[in-house]
Amino acid sequence: METLELDIVKQENLIYEKPRLMNDNPMHYCPGCSHGVVHKLIAEVIDEMGMEEKTIGIAPVGCAVFAYNYLDIDWIEAAHGRAPAVATAVKRLNPNKMVFTYQGDGDLAAIGTAETIHACNRGENIVIVFINNAIYGMTGGQMAPTTLLDMQTSTCPYGRKVELNGYPLKISDLLALLDGTCLVTRQAVHTATAVRRAKRTLRKAFENSMARKGTSVVEFVSNCPSGWKLTPEQANQWMIKNMFPKYPLGDLKDI
Amino acid sequence: MAKVKGSVTVNTERCKGCDLCVVACPSEVLELTNEVNSKGYNFARVKNPDECTGCANCGYVCPDGCITVYQIKI
Repeated sequence: METLELDIVKQENLIYEKPRLMNDNPMHYCPGCSHGVVHKLIAEVIDEMGMEEKTIGIAPVGCAVFAYNYLDIDWIEAAHGRAPAVATAVKRLNPNKMVFTYQGDGDLAAIGTAETIHACNRGENIVIVFINNAIYGMTGGQMAPTTLLDMQTSTCPYGRKVELNGYPLKISDLLALLDGTCLVTRQAVHTATAVRRAKRTLRKAFENSMARKGTSVVEFVSNCPSGWKLTPEQANQWMIKNMFPKYPLGDLKDI
Repeated sequence: MAKVKGSVTVNTERCKGCDLCVVACPSEVLELTNEVNSKGYNFARVKNPDECTGCANCGYVCPDGCITVYQIKI
């Protein structure tokens, strides 16, 4: 630990630190990955709501598969894409628990599309945290349904083409059409302002689930420095330039 | 307007040298070192402690929760 200004460094002057529910295990995420920030937000919101003992997270298959190593709450590991189905069962059997799924775009928008849409359509009282980085990060940067047109990945090295691969899937817009969802929003965590806004929205989503208002979907437009083969800062700039026009931030539905 | 002064500490062993805190800081307080930690990353450290206002922007964007921020009013 490198410490300066010893007169300021006191417990009563503390204004920001690693969330209490995030433990000291070193995270396996690549440097600069948005996953870490979203993990921190979830830990902070759960802690502030005092729901530490009542929260059950459903981890996906993908980069966030080891989420249970980093946040000190209860977790269940679901089969690929089936997190909303598992969350449905957990929430119905334990209505007093706060249940959320944490899924990437390969998990939620590809193999788990059916589970996602039907869980939202049934209006299950769960929160779906959706990390959209337009790529399969864990397996080496393959094309995902959310990959942008002309974006190069390891399975479309000449860029995604409509005739061959179809259009990028804006699944949050799709979910906003369903009657079962009460909050569908798209956030990012690339600046401090965006992080603060995202945290407020995330808290609202968790409160909705406990108020039995329906399904809340919080999409995070995220970076993937390793998959995009950019530095973390370049990845954030690339995200602003290319991802935000296709996936604009803001609330798609809030009732 | 009350003036504020801040101080940040970096958990250099947990830092992965992603540089996002350096970019997020409006006062150019932080920098990446040429040294490496035990994982081989060029970790972040405080370059200009006097400039820090304790805005905590660095802490918010740090993906690994390495940064602790303190602030006093003077």
